[in-house]
Amino acid sequence: MDFVFKFQLMDAAGINRALSRIASEIVERNCGSRDLMIIGIRRRGVPLAERIVKKIEELEGIRPSLGTLDITLYRDDLSTVDVKPVVHGTHIPDPVEQKTVILVDDVLYTGRTVRAALDELMDFGRPKKVQLAVLVDRGHRELPIHADYVGEKIATKQTEIVKVMLEGYDETEQVIVVEQKER
Amino acid sequence: MRRKDLLGIRELTVEEIETILDTAEAFREVSRRNIKKVPTLRGRTVINLFFESSTRTRTSFEIAAKRLSADTINISVATSSINKGETLIDTARNLEAMVPDAIVIRHPSSGVPHQLARICRNTSVINAGDGAHEHPTQALLDALTIREHKRTIRGLEVAIIGDIAHSRVARSNLHLLTKLGANVRVAGPRTLLPPEIGRLAESRPGKIVVTSFVEEAIEAADVILLLRVQLEREASAHFPSLREYASFYGLNAKRLQLARKDVIVIHPGPVNRGIEVASDVIDGPYSLVYEQVTNGVAVRMAVLYLLMGGNKLDAVKEVHEATHQERAGSRPVTTTTDAS
Repeated sequence: MDFVFKFQLMDAAGINRALSRIASEIVERNCGSRDLMIIGIRRRGVPLAERIVKKIEELEGIRPSLGTLDITLYRDDLSTVDVKPVVHGTHIPDPVEQKTVILVDDVLYTGRTVRAALDELMDFGRPKKVQLAVLVDRGHRELPIHADYVGEKIATKQTEIVKVMLEGYDETEQVIVVEQKER
Repeated sequence: MRRKDLLGIRELTVEEIETILDTAEAFREVSRRNIKKVPTLRGRTVINLFFESSTRTRTSFEIAAKRLSADTINISVATSSINKGETLIDTARNLEAMVPDAIVIRHPSSGVPHQLARICRNTSVINAGDGAHEHPTQALLDALTIREHKRTIRGLEVAIIGDIAHSRVARSNLHLLTKLGANVRVAGPRTLLPPEIGRLAESRPGKIVVTSFVEEAIEAADVILLLRVQLEREASAHFPSLREYASFYGLNAKRLQLARKDVIVIHPGPVNRGIEVASDVIDGPYSLVYEQVTNGVAVRMAVLYLLMGGNKLDAVKEVHEATHQERAGSRPVTTTTDAS
């Protein structure tokens, strides 16, 4: 499939500022960083969660625990796909009981990924609270799900794709919007 | 992976083998959770059809399916209509009419899973051991265990010791190990060593060496894979006595010293203590038999996950159409009746 570049939503500095703000909002709303667990949803949610953890540690001096969630096994569209998606594995470092869990993902779109993540998280126990942090909220929800911390909220067309590119994964760090070329 | 069935290692590509092993690695974590279950295969049905006795493999497949939320049914020959003289083809057609998603089959005759796979066009067939042919999930769980301890399979020296001629475990492992680039030395009584077995590795990165001296195979080996002396399959007719087998080919502490210091010992089970292996070796620090069993569940979860896909509504429609045709009197399309 071919894509046409539309515009740049954030550059590297913009991403960094958004994550700093999200980190301080998390600390403010939860009165510090005790009992916090930051869990990144694979794939791009994982590096974002790592950065948020680092920023919270800088702010508060306490490092929240960091986890990884692979929601592949909880997807609601597995029976319709022919070639099975690769499973990378989930890692939850501590018991989730009594913890405030912050789920981190790059883009919030239909809400189906977050639904799957919530279901998987609940199979590990009963966290005290679960909140959601995303770098970009692009609308078009198909489920009653909303984000607690948002880097940037934009209106998009369904034919558009929001690409979050991060250092270590992609060549340049930025968030861009591209559109599928009409045939 | 785009494949309906898992019938053997021989037909798998290196990429497919690696996909299964990587997926299995991710699945290991599910068995360590508090709630050992994920909803991935909810609403899917897996039939375990075992024509031979088995503890590990059957339980392992059942646990794997259940941890993925599939429903499982076990059919053992003792309680089925096979006792009343139903042919395999009829049994297969009847089972398929109930629209299962996968059939796991073990059979004493080589090739039965292949025939079943041709009859059941909409059901995944998984070979859980057919005669002296293949036992693919065993080789995959062995590979997962080896990879865990040696990081990679490429370049390893692996000794396989025992009844090579009648062992499906040996055959599947020979395919897998040589495809992934390990060199294999097979050793055992000359009567149980097919001399042409080395040709199986032709044009593969790994090579096979055949020897009837067990010390030669063990010398500086990274991995020792022991095969069970199959007492129920007149294997013992090929050597004078079990005592002689134990003294010439059994793995004991003294022979183990010939191997590399970080050698690992694996065995598909069930173990004949004191015959192919001494108790102090199989219970010792080099033995990974229980790790193999744990990895078996992960590998079977991976195989079920990777094979059971696609839209099942089409399958139901096809079965309906087939039964309609039969009622209308027209002959259904027979895929195999291979009388020849």
